[in-house]
Amino acid sequence: MTFFSLARFVAVASKEFLQMRRDRLTFAMVLGIPLMQLIVFGFAINSDPRHLPTALLIQDHSPFSRGLTRAMENSTYFDVTEVISTEAEAHDLIQRGSVQFVVQVPVDFARDLLRGDRPQLLVEADATDPAATSNALASVQTLLDRVLAQELRGPNEWLRSQPPAVDLVVHAAYNPERISQYNIVPGLMGVVLTMTMVIITALAITRESERGTMENLLSTPVRALEVTLGKIIPYVLMGYFQAGLILVAARFLFDVPMVGSIPLLLAVMMIFIIANLAVGITFSTIARNQLQAMQMAFFFFLPSILLSGFMFPFRGMPVWAQHIGEVLPLTHFLRITRGILLKGSDLSMIRPEIGPMALFAAVVLLIGLKRFRQTLD
Amino acid sequence: MRSPDTPPSIDVTGITKIFGSKTVVDRISMRVLPGEIYGFLGPNGSGKTTFLRMLCGLLKPDAGSGTCLGFDILKEPREIKRRVGYMTQRFSYYEDLSIRENLDFVGRMYGIPKRRQAVDEALERLNLKDRQKQLAGQLSGGWKQRLALAACMLHDPELLLLDEPTAGVDPSARREFWEEIHQLAARGLTVLITTHYMDEAERCHRLAYIASGHLMAEGTVAEVVEGARLVTYEISGGNQPELAARLRASDAITQAVAFGSSLHVSGSNRQLMEAVLGHALDPDHRWKEIPSELEHVFIDLMRKEREENKP
Ligand SMILES: Nc1ncnc2c1ncn2[C@@H]1O[C@H](COP(=O)(O)OP(=O)(O)OP(=O)(O)O)[C@@H](O)[C@H]1O
Ligand SMILES: [Mg+2]
Repeated sequence: MTFFSLARFVAVASKEFLQMRRDRLTFAMVLGIPLMQLIVFGFAINSDPRHLPTALLIQDHSPFSRGLTRAMENSTYFDVTEVISTEAEAHDLIQRGSVQFVVQVPVDFARDLLRGDRPQLLVEADATDPAATSNALASVQTLLDRVLAQELRGPNEWLRSQPPAVDLVVHAAYNPERISQYNIVPGLMGVVLTMTMVIITALAITRESERGTMENLLSTPVRALEVTLGKIIPYVLMGYFQAGLILVAARFLFDVPMVGSIPLLLAVMMIFIIANLAVGITFSTIARNQLQAMQMAFFFFLPSILLSGFMFPFRGMPVWAQHIGEVLPLTHFLRITRGILLKGSDLSMIRPEIGPMALFAAVVLLIGLKRFRQTLD
Repeated sequence: MRSPDTPPSIDVTGITKIFGSKTVVDRISMRVLPGEIYGFLGPNGSGKTTFLRMLCGLLKPDAGSGTCLGFDILKEPREIKRRVGYMTQRFSYYEDLSIRENLDFVGRMYGIPKRRQAVDEALERLNLKDRQKQLAGQLSGGWKQRLALAACMLHDPELLLLDEPTAGVDPSARREFWEEIHQLAARGLTVLITTHYMDEAERCHRLAYIASGHLMAEGTVAEVVEGARLVTYEISGGNQPELAARLRASDAITQAVAFGSSLHVSGSNRQLMEAVLGHALDPDHRWKEIPSELEHVFIDLMRKEREENKP
């Protein structure tokens, strides 16, 4: 007794290919969705997130640095999560994405300030998502002015006159010009894959039940796994085709820099594609017709696009929404894509994002296979 | 035909299927011997398709047990599927694949050896060789039926479950179909076939009639007609529509149906019927007793079932 027949699996997959090729609507969707989204989301979406995790790199302990710490802690834009003392730590935190900002008070800051030497206050921002950082950055200057007004009193009051006593230097890491497309376009890849993978697989299987061909298919000795995998494979390839389309557009149309390893991105993408296909398959086992399948697909797609950090900066969302977002594969894939493309992250840096995505894929695939009806009732 | 002591191809007892709160198939038992052509008849919605689906493992019976080709219908659906050719009532091949691609796909599902050759032969037999590249969806209704039939026989099954295979097929193709079925049966293939056509019912070796999920009659055509104990008269001449309406109102007459220029009336009690007829007929009506036919019997069975199971 064989539990999996390669011949039947190949037969199902090639049948699916044939049907895909002949179905003009699907084909139009595969091409049209990425193109349309590229146009629609080609411009920035702004918002005003607060409570962004911030690290303070204090290399000069003085009343001024204490005043600044207090002011940062009171600001609604920043949540001081770490106080550190070396630049290596700062760099690491930013790259891992555990903080959005590092505010650095350099050595001898207070001395230089009182001498009137206009010392630098350094702000390093993870600007991969510029929408998330722009307002917060703008608030730094105000915040600084307030601290200075408090600290420079009496004999030092003369320092508050022009030119400003402190030179605020903002360094936007990873996306120095803070161009939104850099953030949006790589994100779009995940969005498009979610949309087409879920919808098209949900439709492809429901179509079999709706047209009655499932009855025929199930009356043959075919097994659930053969049908499921045979249906998935053509769409995996299609997913890669779409991803390629967007990557090319990102590179040549939007000049998105690609610092990281593309092969790594494509490899991790596999898990993401499978996660979404699993959702599509599971929906198709629940839906009675193609319309229902479509509705369910949107039911999944909307939270994905809204809560993953694609539409709104992840840290700007309420905590409950962030919890939901953490479950969705798109959230993790967005971080992976942005990490690899814009920051040049390597496997060890994106590993924390792969786990939840793979877990999601495994759980949903299991549900889908279990629910796949070997019978018609 | 093989000897009667060969194990039956279908041997099930007490098969029941419930959808929601409705019992669609109610404790049906059936035995079909190898090489037999077994007709399965019943009004629309009586549960024929549901019963066939349970035989080939597409639906799980809620009660009952049995074997198909010696395999347990509950535990070994896969062995059954391998050996059964099931033709669905509704065309269920891929309309967006060509005729050849459809046959080829079926061949691959069953792992047929020498697939190319088998497909070529099927196309040859169907006379569709020169149209093999045409999409199945573009075929006319009757041709779709013929394609479906060819496809479900491609893997050389031992048992055919055919759900209204000749619906919408023209008379000459229907005749060809029955010729072929009889030839296959002679070689030992078992056929369970549903139909609404009386002439086809009469071509079966044995048949069963179900209504609302209940098995109402079973046996050869002669046995079924005999078992109904129905008396039928043919009335000709006079104003028949008016007469029919009057007769239908009587309890003794269970059916009055126009057949061409005459009226067929049936009932189960000869004395009562003759009394009613003697009273109701005008001098210009002529009447004589005729042998009851399958159709009279079926309509009578349907009515009986309704009376027995009135809520
Ligand atoms: N999946 C299902 N869910 C609920 N009810 C069903 C289902 N399939 C069939 N039925 C019901 O079961 C009854 C029997 O249907 P079935 O298709 O077996 O009848 P049939 O004898 O084949 O009729 P026909 O001659 O019209 O083909 C019908 O009342 C039908 O509505
Ligand atoms: Mg039916």
